[in-house]
Amino acid sequence: MAYSEKVIEHYENPRNVGTLDKNDPNVGTGLVGAPACGDVMRLQLKISDTGVIEDARFKTFGCGSAIASSSLVTEWVKGKTVDQAMTISNKDVARELALPPVKIHCSVLAEDAIKAAIEDFKKKRASRQA
Amino acid sequence: MNLPIYMDNHATTPLDPRVLEAMLPYLREDFGNAASRNHAFGWKAEAAVEKARRQVADLIGASEKEIVFTSGATESDNLAIKGVIEFYKSKGDHIITLKTEHKAVLDTCKRLERVRQERLDELKLLRLGQLAERDVTPEEVPELAAKFNLDADDTYKKWAEMPTGGARVTYLDVERDGRVSLEKLAAAMTPKTVLVSIMFANNEIGVVQPVAEIGKLCRERGILFHCDAVQGVGKVPFDVEKMNVDLASISAHKMYGPKGVGALYVRRKPRVRIAPMVDGGGHERGMRSGTLNVASIVGFGAAAEVAKLDLPEESARLFRLRERLRTGIMEQLDMVTVNGSLEHRMPGSLNISFSYVEGEALMMSIKDVAVSSGSACTSASLEPSYVLRALGVEEDMAHSSIRFGLGRFNTEEEVDFVIRLVVDKVRKLRDMSPLYEMAKEGIDLKSIEWTAH
Repeated sequence: MAYSEKVIEHYENPRNVGTLDKNDPNVGTGLVGAPACGDVMRLQLKISDTGVIEDARFKTFGCGSAIASSSLVTEWVKGKTVDQAMTISNKDVARELALPPVKIHCSVLAEDAIKAAIEDFKKKRASRQA
Repeated sequence: MNLPIYMDNHATTPLDPRVLEAMLPYLREDFGNAASRNHAFGWKAEAAVEKARRQVADLIGASEKEIVFTSGATESDNLAIKGVIEFYKSKGDHIITLKTEHKAVLDTCKRLERVRQERLDELKLLRLGQLAERDVTPEEVPELAAKFNLDADDTYKKWAEMPTGGARVTYLDVERDGRVSLEKLAAAMTPKTVLVSIMFANNEIGVVQPVAEIGKLCRERGILFHCDAVQGVGKVPFDVEKMNVDLASISAHKMYGPKGVGALYVRRKPRVRIAPMVDGGGHERGMRSGTLNVASIVGFGAAAEVAKLDLPEESARLFRLRERLRTGIMEQLDMVTVNGSLEHRMPGSLNISFSYVEGEALMMSIKDVAVSSGSACTSASLEPSYVLRALGVEEDMAHSSIRFGLGRFNTEEEVDFVIRLVVDKVRKLRDMSPLYEMAKEGIDLKSIEWTAH
């Protein structure tokens, strides 16, 4: 399958690979996908008390498109507010990376990872306030 | 050393220069039709084809009269299976095969099952509807059965015993090492079994089946044995007499010959008969009509001769290279598994899973090496390999597999390059893998509730 240059570029030079402290109250962790399906994405966001995403890290088990999709969204979310990040859709990711139809699924995973990470952060915050 | 390195010799092999040399005259001046009996051009072509027929027959211990040239092994598989079922339909309609067979066998079997089902449905509807004056839809069947005072299941059962032109198929599981259990095979045989179709060497995992024992079981029970021998022939000794094979499919391009030509071995003593799939001028003893592809057949013959001459030495060389590759990788990386029996395996074949690394991603990062992914991730299905699943390989591991196919033109230097590259890239991808990190932390991945999608 021919990948776009952007996929290959992100795949070869992935941005923001790594791990944030999942016990930090300002870090939200989203883990989506399943090993049996061939892709698992973990996205971690460090979110300030004012709701701005200060840092993002990912680790992904999956094909080139899955790795490129996660790398791309870590770049996109940094500096955005939580509300802004929530508006990122899989279509934006798929369009930016020119994903072939069979790989659209990877962009869905990336969108889900953002939502899951933010939800985790919100849960932590709620339990802290409770 | 030239890049990229080709290590996908299960898929196809390059043309051997000796084969090309043999073919060239038949692409130039010796262009005759082998069926032209009335002039020198035809005679020359015919003689060349007959020489190739002997060369191919010699490679598998057959007589030249038993070789039917086809367009390739897919056609050979189709011709063998459909041909036997059609010809022996009054004797029975049951086929036994393995879940790990090539699609050319599995899809042929599936079609025969569909044919049988369609005929049965048709017969049942005709019977229930007292023949065809009226259109009967499946929804009307229960109503009609009641009207004619027929038990639908009983009628169906009676028809099911009649020859239909289709087949019933048993798809046997393989053992964890990829080999068939002879006990399970024997247990699956019934008086209605007319054909067992089991491959020689598996294209994906390289595992070699106990063909001689399978042949013996079939012969004892008067069941025909078809063997898709494409991957193993020329690499591992294969002899239709010693192994009691009745029909065997082979292909030129898997043994350094040209693409688009193959053969079906059809036993003469005891005689095996097949109904032809192609009607026409009665070429190839009526079993496969069509003007012979002379140049390619000559190439096939030359490839077979070279393979036979080289086999002992080349097989030992490939084994050494394969073991160098395997141990080189496994000594440097943890959590690596070989899929399928290591003992019963083609010498140049290695299928391995790298835990927590996805196969396609790995292939993409070692793009200087042409291999293939055990997982069918590059196809439209995204499903992991059905062959690995049939071995009981977990889905996540099936997604993590790579198939290396070493061949005649691979060198030690190339193998060492590939080891370094694979080790480096697997490490890099594992550093990026959340699963590897979790496994290292001692988290049981099975305990996690994954989001299915």
